[in-house]
Amino acid sequence: MSHHIVEVKNLKHVYADGTIALKDLSFTIHHGESVAIIGANGAGKSTLLLHLNGYLAPTVGEVRIGGFPLTPETLPEIRRTVGMVFQDPDDQLFMPTVYEDVAFGPCNLGLPEEEVRQRVGEALEKVGAGHLAQKPPYHLSGGEKKRVAIATVLSMSPDILVMDEPTNGLDPFSRRQLIGLLKDFHHTRIFTSHDLDMVIELCERTIVLHQGEVKADGPTVAIFNNAQLLAECRLEKPLSMQGCPICGASRNRL
Amino acid sequence: MRSIDGAVLDLKRLDLLATGDSIIHRLDARAKVVTTLFFIIVVVSYKRYALAELTPFLFFPVITLALSNLPISYILKKIAAILPLAIFVGLFNPLFDRETQVLLGPISISGGWISLVSIMGRSALTVGSAIILIATTGFISICHALNRLGIPRVFTVQLLFLYRYIFVLTEEAACTTRARELRSCGKKGLGFSSFGPLIGHLLIRTWARAERIHMAMVVRGFSGEFHSRQINRFGGKEYLYVIGWSLVFIILRTEDITAILGAAFTGFFS
Repeated sequence: MSHHIVEVKNLKHVYADGTIALKDLSFTIHHGESVAIIGANGAGKSTLLLHLNGYLAPTVGEVRIGGFPLTPETLPEIRRTVGMVFQDPDDQLFMPTVYEDVAFGPCNLGLPEEEVRQRVGEALEKVGAGHLAQKPPYHLSGGEKKRVAIATVLSMSPDILVMDEPTNGLDPFSRRQLIGLLKDFHHTRIFTSHDLDMVIELCERTIVLHQGEVKADGPTVAIFNNAQLLAECRLEKPLSMQGCPICGASRNRL
Repeated sequence: MRSIDGAVLDLKRLDLLATGDSIIHRLDARAKVVTTLFFIIVVVSYKRYALAELTPFLFFPVITLALSNLPISYILKKIAAILPLAIFVGLFNPLFDRETQVLLGPISISGGWISLVSIMGRSALTVGSAIILIATTGFISICHALNRLGIPRVFTVQLLFLYRYIFVLTEEAACTTRARELRSCGKKGLGFSSFGPLIGHLLIRTWARAERIHMAMVVRGFSGEFHSRQINRFGGKEYLYVIGWSLVFIILRTEDITAILGAAFTGFFS
């Protein structure tokens, strides 16, 4: 199943205005892993994500998905393999109805209509949004939009799911619902987030970016227990690992 | 003046009405689009003093409204909202056109007044039928119908994107203007000079959003071709609707039904 491997080798990216967003990144993510990419604002997380499906091309270095380098020939297949969910679902839901939006990817893959219908149905059921199929996106709530945005990607049967700030802007219930949903996925998953409590729940491995470089890469719990590292990277321990703010008792959970 | 938020909510309401279920809702969008277009052309084709001839045309909006279970007061309000515009168009007719056209006993009515009322009547009929079309079909289905009636895809896709993002953009515009108003403490703020940067800022945000949307499309395999579902259900009902109404409109336009009815009526009683 080499299909699900993401390899980033010596990746450097310089924007047209001369901003160096990524300096020299290298890591490998294996099949079925759930990995968080965390870091302060401007650390390079979003730039990195845009390299994973070939929207941005490296200035130096290489990105390989499932053993294939990103080239114009492999791009269509890689874009199917890597499902990308953006931070703002309004950017992702551009078709008139939820159904058409979820069908957009499969239609572009050139699938026959019957299969498209089946895939859309399955993807919407999976995220619990089957009843929203005929609704226009602007009639959905924030949580519904997010789940539908995930369905638009699932309908392309990706092997790797990449999500930018999945829990951003969701109320506690929707957030909990989304975390439950993402836990059930067996894809290779890559998240960027500032919601560090979500990271603890979903990711066994964490990569910390700092000023365009990999500052740390290892088990999530070990990284969150390294106070010095977190402080250097403008991060802090997730609330669920901190003591009670009133009595000071710790939960000793981890 | 109404707020931007209010206008958007109103648009959403019109859109929600289209999700209803009735004989009219269930008809194929193309049938409704063609019939409404034909209705508008026929109504507009009358001469300026036409008034009595227009009254039978009320049947079309009244019957479709009755069959479609739409909230009548809401639709009437929508029509009333555009009437000031129609009055404005014909405002000077009574001043310039003083020639007497009709004598009602001692009262003489000038051509100007008749043409003003005729303009209002025609506006109410055409706008009313267009509003009923949108409220029973939905903007999106109308776009798809236009597309399948031969309007180039480039235009209909533009319209669809416009409609999709009008909600997002107005929300952003509303937020920005609200922020400006709150900080101008009930005064004028910086007046017009603050609107330049405000609009510029909105434009840049729109641009950035357009890029993000394009990115979202590209990563899902978009290569310039739009695929959409083709639902073909133009059957007997649709033919009946289009041909039936078209015949009614043609007869109303070519024969003076009101005069015939009037003559029959007076003949009956004399």
